[in-house]
Amino acid sequence: MLFLGRQILKAGICTEKAPEPNDAWRIDGERIQDNVLRLLGRALTIRQVDAGSCNGCELEIHALNNPYYNLEGRGIRFVASPRHADMLLVTGPVAANMKIAVRRAYEATPEPRLVVAVGDCGCTGGIFGESYASCGRVSNVIPVDVAVPGCPPPPLEILRGILTAVTAKQP
Amino acid sequence: MRIADAGLDLQLLAGAMPAAIVAVDDAQWSAAAEAFASAGVRLVALWGSDRRDLGEGFVVMAAYAAADGLACVRLRAAGEPPSYPDVSSRFPAAARMQRALFDLLGVRAHGADDERPWLRHGAWPEDFFPLRRDADGGRSFDVEQERYDFVTVAGDGVHEIPVGPIHAGIIEPGHFRFSIVGEKVLRLEERLGYVHKGIDKRFEGMPLGDAHQLAGRVSGDSTVAYAWAYAMAAESVAGCEVPPRAAWLRALLLERERVANHLGDLGALGNDAALAFGLAQFSRLREQWLRTNSEVFGHRLLMDCIVPGGVAVDPDAGALERLRAQCDGIEGEVRTLRTIYDEHAGLQDRFQATGIVTPELAARLGLAGLAGRASGQARDLRVDFPCAPYDRLDVRRAGDGRGDVAARVAVRFDEIAESLRLIRAITQQAPAGEMRRELSVESAAGFGIGWVEGWRGDLLVALEADGSGRVRRCHCHDPSWQNWPLLEHAVIGNIVPDFPLINKSFNLSYSGQDL
Repeated sequence: MLFLGRQILKAGICTEKAPEPNDAWRIDGERIQDNVLRLLGRALTIRQVDAGSCNGCELEIHALNNPYYNLEGRGIRFVASPRHADMLLVTGPVAANMKIAVRRAYEATPEPRLVVAVGDCGCTGGIFGESYASCGRVSNVIPVDVAVPGCPPPPLEILRGILTAVTAKQP
Repeated sequence: MRIADAGLDLQLLAGAMPAAIVAVDDAQWSAAAEAFASAGVRLVALWGSDRRDLGEGFVVMAAYAAADGLACVRLRAAGEPPSYPDVSSRFPAAARMQRALFDLLGVRAHGADDERPWLRHGAWPEDFFPLRRDADGGRSFDVEQERYDFVTVAGDGVHEIPVGPIHAGIIEPGHFRFSIVGEKVLRLEERLGYVHKGIDKRFEGMPLGDAHQLAGRVSGDSTVAYAWAYAMAAESVAGCEVPPRAAWLRALLLERERVANHLGDLGALGNDAALAFGLAQFSRLREQWLRTNSEVFGHRLLMDCIVPGGVAVDPDAGALERLRAQCDGIEGEVRTLRTIYDEHAGLQDRFQATGIVTPELAARLGLAGLAGRASGQARDLRVDFPCAPYDRLDVRRAGDGRGDVAARVAVRFDEIAESLRLIRAITQQAPAGEMRRELSVESAAGFGIGWVEGWRGDLLVALEADGSGRVRRCHCHDPSWQNWPLLEHAVIGNIVPDFPLINKSFNLSYSGQDL
């Protein structure tokens, strides 16, 4: 216990500042962006869905929970069920074998039902493209609000994407 | 058992790892499987390819890890519909590989017990075999909800818990069907293949010099290991030897990948046993590690750093010095955290005697890699077949005989310490020189093997080049193929709430086995 307490003190607080939203990642015409984060009282819940990724994006989404990005400290939480979620964070090209599950997760999510596609595969289908086994980009299967490029995008960029989806577009 | 003891006329393959290949008939195929199985030799991979356009019909390949290298046995699948003799009765790990082979190529193992589909769910018709040369991989079909015959367990008070494909966390998708009584798991049946995205088909026709990018995305946590294995296979086909400095830098990247994954897993394992402190601490260390990757190599997960012919990044002396200094810092912190883990009664209570795979079962079912070493399987390619630079580094293999979660935790701690030692040695001893040699792939034809000890275990890349600088067929094999079935055994008799902990202690790849 002594060691444990000493280690916590020694490590200190390493949380860094949150990034600014990036309007270029918004997928136009989908919906009027509002300052959802304010409406939600700084309590955004996210259901992460791996629709066919190589697991690279998941590693970086995991990193969002580390003390440097301190997601929960910002009021953003990953939840176990789409029914508890305000947002789906979807990675990968949508594997054909995952198409039904992804649609069902989307239908189970209550409004505002924000969708952020993460990674080059989620944005365009990436290196896997479209084939007998891959439906390509996430927006081929469900509506997408914000798409974050990168292979994989670093945690800061994923956080920027999440914040872009929940803040109003800059005039 | 050595390759020559199989009594077959194996031809040596060029390349960094010792490997040989032989064409056999049905009787020799079965006899070889029998001989290897009775000598305790492990089946590494089983796959197939369509060579009808070359007048060779359908070909099935099996790779075995003999004492002196990899023995690749090649059989022409005869008959209509084409088939080959089952090997899963001798190598249970082959069962799912054979089912996948049928789903993709339409070549059946005759005599196999289980003929259910594995990678084909409802997304393409049962008479469409994507890996046949004449199949159009770009076609898309209407996805149908599949019906899959899970094995049912009957009895008083027995019920099922279906989990997935989407899991309750940030994890890859797959389906687990638990049959339980009370809280106790009687049986677990896995249904994988959800993230099958047609990687094998995608490889077809890619330029040999570029396909390492796809190999590096078979499983994102093992991108270095796959890229190295692909590069090794391409260099073997092209007869290219990499510059010495490139080999050393590849090992540097591979050991950094190993440490990053072990740091992540150790944190997650603490968290799954309700010690959130562990996750906070280890994820902090992992983040520091990945940031250094980004600054020195230009990518946090080290994607695309290894290329055919060498490496894409060459850190200068200052950067290498920095990597060495980071090892010292991380080593002290990990040692402190290990003491905390070891002395934490609540944590040890969850870790010890949970999810046991006995060494006997591990040997019989071919448990690979890190999990295998935690169940008394003394195998590590860096020790058994040390290619450059491991032949100069005298790698110490980690090991534990307990086979429980605690053992898999201990092996991770030991491997971090050893990898830090290797990184220090590499940064001091790496020779100067060029970092990449051009690969002359234009006329490269034939077959090459890449075999690398990734952080999870040994992975294999089997490459066929078409003679015009392109990939004809490339198969990537992940050790998760061998280890997933062992997870089904490890959870028997444990309580359901321990499943996430046991699962994490293996941390197997879904994408790597679904392809």
